[in-house]
Amino acid sequence: MITTQATRGTAPAPVVPPPARPVPAKRRRAWDEVPRWQIYLPLGVYLLFTLIPFYWILLFAVRPTGSTSLVPWPMTGEHFEKVWTERSFATFFQNSLITGIAVLVMTTVVALAGGYALARFDFRLKKGFMLALLCSQFVPGALLLVPLFEIFAGLQMINSLVSVIIAETVFQLPLSMILISGFIRNVPYSLEEAAWVDGCNRFSAFRIVVLPLLRPGLVAVGSFAFVHAWNHFLFALMFLNNQDKQTIPVGLNTLMGADSVDLGALAAGGVIAAVPVVIVFAFIQKWLITGFSAGAVKG
Amino acid sequence: MAQAVAQKSPGPPARRPGARGRRTGAAPRRLPYLLIAPAGLLMLGFIAYPVLSVFYYSLQEYNPTKPWRNGFAGLSNFTTIFTDDPHFWGTLTFSLKWVVVEVSLQLLFGLALALIVNQTFFGRALGRALVFSPWAVSGVLTSAIWVLLYNSQTGITRYLADMGIGEYGTSWLSDTATVFPAAVVADLWRGVPFFAILILADLQSVPKDLYEAAEVDGANRVRQFLHITLPHLKDAIILSTLLRAVWEFNNVDLLYTLTGGGPAGETTTLPLYIANTSVDAHDFGYASALTTVAFVILLFFSMVYLRLSKFGGQDK
Repeated sequence: MITTQATRGTAPAPVVPPPARPVPAKRRRAWDEVPRWQIYLPLGVYLLFTLIPFYWILLFAVRPTGSTSLVPWPMTGEHFEKVWTERSFATFFQNSLITGIAVLVMTTVVALAGGYALARFDFRLKKGFMLALLCSQFVPGALLLVPLFEIFAGLQMINSLVSVIIAETVFQLPLSMILISGFIRNVPYSLEEAAWVDGCNRFSAFRIVVLPLLRPGLVAVGSFAFVHAWNHFLFALMFLNNQDKQTIPVGLNTLMGADSVDLGALAAGGVIAAVPVVIVFAFIQKWLITGFSAGAVKG
Repeated sequence: MAQAVAQKSPGPPARRPGARGRRTGAAPRRLPYLLIAPAGLLMLGFIAYPVLSVFYYSLQEYNPTKPWRNGFAGLSNFTTIFTDDPHFWGTLTFSLKWVVVEVSLQLLFGLALALIVNQTFFGRALGRALVFSPWAVSGVLTSAIWVLLYNSQTGITRYLADMGIGEYGTSWLSDTATVFPAAVVADLWRGVPFFAILILADLQSVPKDLYEAAEVDGANRVRQFLHITLPHLKDAIILSTLLRAVWEFNNVDLLYTLTGGGPAGETTTLPLYIANTSVDAHDFGYASALTTVAFVILLFFSMVYLRLSKFGGQDK
């Protein structure tokens, strides 16, 4: 950072008017216009690596059993039908959806409150709390399976989706709170103060002034929480023993049982598992990068 | 009117320039605590307390399926880990190997990918969406996809064999020689996009005029990258690499479902070993002792992270 600034400081050229005309043309060529093939070739190779697995799972999901064709034609819906009804993916899907939405709502609301406090106040516990948030990033959920199991057993929550919802929310909170406080810090405090002058209290000022500006960030954080809850596996495996309480990832794992893998069913199950996540992803893609630059990596 | 309201409003009424946070209105003093209370309580109850109870359980013989043996065990779990456990050192070594290989490759490819999609080119939005898409697919679904690809009968090996590469009937996941690279590639598939997103976010904050200035000075692209881009990204790269390393270390979903730690325990990371010990073997006491060991390792990592992120040094 400092070194680059120094480089910039020692460059006298931009101040001199005469070369100003030729410079922009040269600049465009050298930095902005990297030779096209240097972009498209590596990107193309990487795209192949990215897309072949997607193609593979789609192919297996619609290809009749026993076919070895690499073209998904003729198509069949047999695998989807089987997975949805026989393998009770309808139930798994519903459970995952409930879990995902509950985690989304809880994470967003709780992190919004905490994020606001971190962004707008100085208080005695703040530093300790920030430290706790950072440290919790290092606590592996998988390693806490045993005590968490004990806690939920004590609360009579084993085999209830509530256990998974709480566990996923808790592990989603720290990052969400850091992100949201970053977003709030980007909203000028003077806007809120102006609203107070106009007769708002702190809450209504927040609702009227800050919340609308936070919407993209909240969507990103909420979707993040949803996607994580949707994909995560170990908590559901450990806390939900009843088949009609299981979630999609656990269902997928059962389909991967070592001895007799029904590949068509596995592929169809995978596609079903991917659909909501892909929808969410398409929806938040444009906010994702801004979301991260707002505070995630800053630490 | 407006004045009166402003004075009575529960928000900090007195405007002290440059003194954000030193406001001492009656409501705000309690308000921040109220606001962090839900998050704080949840984290106390479901992270802090479990961490402490792991330490407690690690000193116990605790196995719900063998209740007659349960009770205080002293340090015996730990002595077993270090002297008598045939798996511990192997899983620890594999964990480190896994983290080092994964994170360095993700960093390398992620940086390259971020630099590419940071350029302006035709189809950039679509290209970004496509190369980032595996980010959304994680854990079990990634495994499902790669189990299909690596399947010995109908996987990609079969079609490669048709083209004269490799042999028929081999599954890369059940062969000790190929399982490691196979698992690494599967994890890279979804890990690289994530890293690339993080780096891209930071790339976009590099001031453009630095490049223009460098241009004027006659610096070529390589030198611009080395002297502008890389120094600017340095902090973010170090921090996200460390964070990523911890995540890769802790992540269980992928290997649990992709290889199950096999073949022959060849791909068992320490957390996976812990998960197997608790979920499958119900040996909760021993699993807790292993967890404690993992904590100590992670603690070292966290110290490095906190030191590098200058936590506490700079105030926000």
